[in-house]
Amino acid sequence: MFDVGKNSSYFNDESGTSLDNKAIIEKVARKCYLPANEVLLQNIKNNPDFKASFSISGVALEQFEKFAPEVIDSFKTLVDTGNIELLSETYYHSLASIYSEEEFVNQVILHRKKLRDLFGITPSVFRNTELIYSNKIAQMAEKMGYKGILAEGADHVLGWRSPTFVYKPIGIENIKLLLKHYRLSDDIAFRFSQQSWEGWPLTAPKFADWISSHNGNGDTINLFMDYETFGEHQWEDTGIFEFLKYLPGEILKNKDNNFVTPSELVDRYDAKAELDVPEYVSWADTERDLSAWISNDLQREALDTIYALGNEIIHIDDPVLLEDWRRLQTSDHFYYMCTKWWNDGDVHKYFSPYESPYEAFIAYMNVMHDMRLRLEEAKKKQEHGVALHRVKPLRFSEV
Amino acid sequence: MTSSKLPSVLMFGWEFPPFNSGGLGVACEGLSKALTSSGVDLTFVLPFKIPISVPWCRFVFANESTDLMAESQMRGLFSGYNSHSTYIKNNEVQDNGLPEVLSGDLIERVRAYSLKAGAIAKKNRHSVIHAHDWLTYPAGIEAKKVSGKPLVAHIHATEFDRSGENINKDIFNIELEGFRKADMVVAVSGRTRKKVIEKYGISPDKVKVVHNGIEFKNNFSSIEHNLERLKKIGNSVVLFVGRITMQKGPDYFVTMAEKVLQYEPKTFFVVSGSGDMEGQMIKMVASRGLSSKFIFCGFLRGEELNQVYKAADIFVMPSVSEPFGLVPLEAMISEVPVLVSKESGVSEVISTALKSHFWDTDDMADKVLSVLHHKKLRDHLSVNGREEVKTIHWKKAADSLISLYNSLDNAFSMFLFPSSSTAASTQVSRV
Repeated sequence: MFDVGKNSSYFNDESGTSLDNKAIIEKVARKCYLPANEVLLQNIKNNPDFKASFSISGVALEQFEKFAPEVIDSFKTLVDTGNIELLSETYYHSLASIYSEEEFVNQVILHRKKLRDLFGITPSVFRNTELIYSNKIAQMAEKMGYKGILAEGADHVLGWRSPTFVYKPIGIENIKLLLKHYRLSDDIAFRFSQQSWEGWPLTAPKFADWISSHNGNGDTINLFMDYETFGEHQWEDTGIFEFLKYLPGEILKNKDNNFVTPSELVDRYDAKAELDVPEYVSWADTERDLSAWISNDLQREALDTIYALGNEIIHIDDPVLLEDWRRLQTSDHFYYMCTKWWNDGDVHKYFSPYESPYEAFIAYMNVMHDMRLRLEEAKKKQEHGVALHRVKPLRFSEV
Repeated sequence: MTSSKLPSVLMFGWEFPPFNSGGLGVACEGLSKALTSSGVDLTFVLPFKIPISVPWCRFVFANESTDLMAESQMRGLFSGYNSHSTYIKNNEVQDNGLPEVLSGDLIERVRAYSLKAGAIAKKNRHSVIHAHDWLTYPAGIEAKKVSGKPLVAHIHATEFDRSGENINKDIFNIELEGFRKADMVVAVSGRTRKKVIEKYGISPDKVKVVHNGIEFKNNFSSIEHNLERLKKIGNSVVLFVGRITMQKGPDYFVTMAEKVLQYEPKTFFVVSGSGDMEGQMIKMVASRGLSSKFIFCGFLRGEELNQVYKAADIFVMPSVSEPFGLVPLEAMISEVPVLVSKESGVSEVISTALKSHFWDTDDMADKVLSVLHHKKLRDHLSVNGREEVKTIHWKKAADSLISLYNSLDNAFSMFLFPSSSTAASTQVSRV
């Protein structure tokens, strides 16, 4: 609070604590990204048919460039094998898809640029922040020209249907819907090291059997998970890297199995049926809805405030202010303010750098206050003769 | 298996509402009521005869000879013990003209209490002895000598909580003996448990935590009208309730207030309570030029306090040392957002609250300002805090105590009848 109006370096903290981005990035690079990428690279060498795909936000890529460039190099090596597909998402890992279509599109374009600059590729399948999906998001993705979009295969979306087929969103012709097989995905992501789980210990042959048991009952099994499953959520001593190492070979032992990337899947299969998803779904928490980010008044207040600021900020030629405004949209800020104390509360707590949701809200709103002051300052400058022009619109065709 | 049997408890206390000076009496009332409503048979022992009766348990008075005392004398008797230095100070000026056994030094009164405990233990059937704070430990130990039943020493505040490092050695030794001779020590918070282990060298296995609770009673009072007038013209109210002593951090409250006023001049700081630092606090406020922003309303309770709660936008408890701290829970019942120090035991049990270190007055001021500025935050804390405090009830504390009593009881019978008892317990658990 006492720095409001004086210090606008919101994102830097060299304290070595959980607010220190550098320390966090170095830690996860060491524990997860570097060793996991190495395992995948070996997997491709050992099994040339092994495929995988990544959705990496622009802010994550930026942080790696800044604090752990060797992670970028290892992703480049993987992409260069031709077995890895990169997916499109919002640069800022934001909730813009819910609040502002214009801003959403801009952030998707920024992310495309980033992928082109770093990896020289242009994505054709879209994955929204935290797998947030609805009919409306599918429409926006289709409008942007994507041929596929990922979503959570939540029970309340599928009903009696199975996530093992390719679907299409209701009323849209040119985009296909790929659904997460959440049971099998979560077996790895959440239950891998849970000793009370009947599947424990999970080995590569066992999991390959589970996969093969679906043969004849579907076209695909989509395993979508947080990459930090490998080494960060499930630590190395749980055997997660060994599991990852042996899994492709075990799966490919069955000649009916193969690996495909999302765009290959879209090209290969017709949509089995239309799915109507009027309400948002996501992969977060047990509710698999938006409640991780938007379930209490504090989160709504923070989100309303940031998007209300946007109406003015995008009309002002202040790239630094604009950049800060966009970084403040990252969904994690709102995740930390969640007050669902039950079930998932502990998960929120584990990943939060703040001691409580209230600390998160207070810190965020103090920054909002400072942003407001800077905006007023910037507006004053413009009134004093600086030419007023709208920020150059980003064009999809250019990227 | 453990919950199948209900213990009968001989409980030694020192004070009981309305004859109480503070939290100890309130806790004894809440606990005894919840224990008996869970089916525990309870005899509550007090050192002196007072005109008191409650529907849930019977009282036994160690000293029957002191009836017909004036209420003021009784209050003096139960004035309890706030800290070593204040006690000495009070005793110098106090001469309440009571019979010798009562008027003596507090430690003598504690000893006198213990002399009667053996006879009481013999007369009243019980399976567990439970003693609250050092004032009753000698009595608990004597009772155990007679009946041989397990002793639980409940610790609401250690000598270090009351007196900082400047402790009374005699009292420390009484506490130490109580902890050592008890079969189990029950602490009101994790931080108090830590103190018992670290400062008294008691084995961690023996020290359990049972957090206090509070009885939820809606605050239907109307807002205090002077404060209401201030609020109507756009002022906010920040509230302090508690004894004005070093442990409660009144000086940190003043420093925080000064910082808040720089950003939010339309704020009033209301202080309810009295204590040995009251003069010092008033002087501190004056010397910083904040007198027009502070309202000292003395010690309030009941309806008056409820009306002040109704006016508060935020309640702050900057305690330096607080074994538990019930007051924030009262504020939460009254839908007041609370900011408590991380050094308080109550901070272990509440989530819908703001927390700061008592010394971090910047952080405290930041949080107070945030609540004053963001209606959504204030409303969230107010509504959800009220819901949360409903879950912090004495029944929860009583249930934990009952299972602790039973674990002691089992350990005792295992010791006395090792084979039969194990055989019985395996059978029961199989059913």
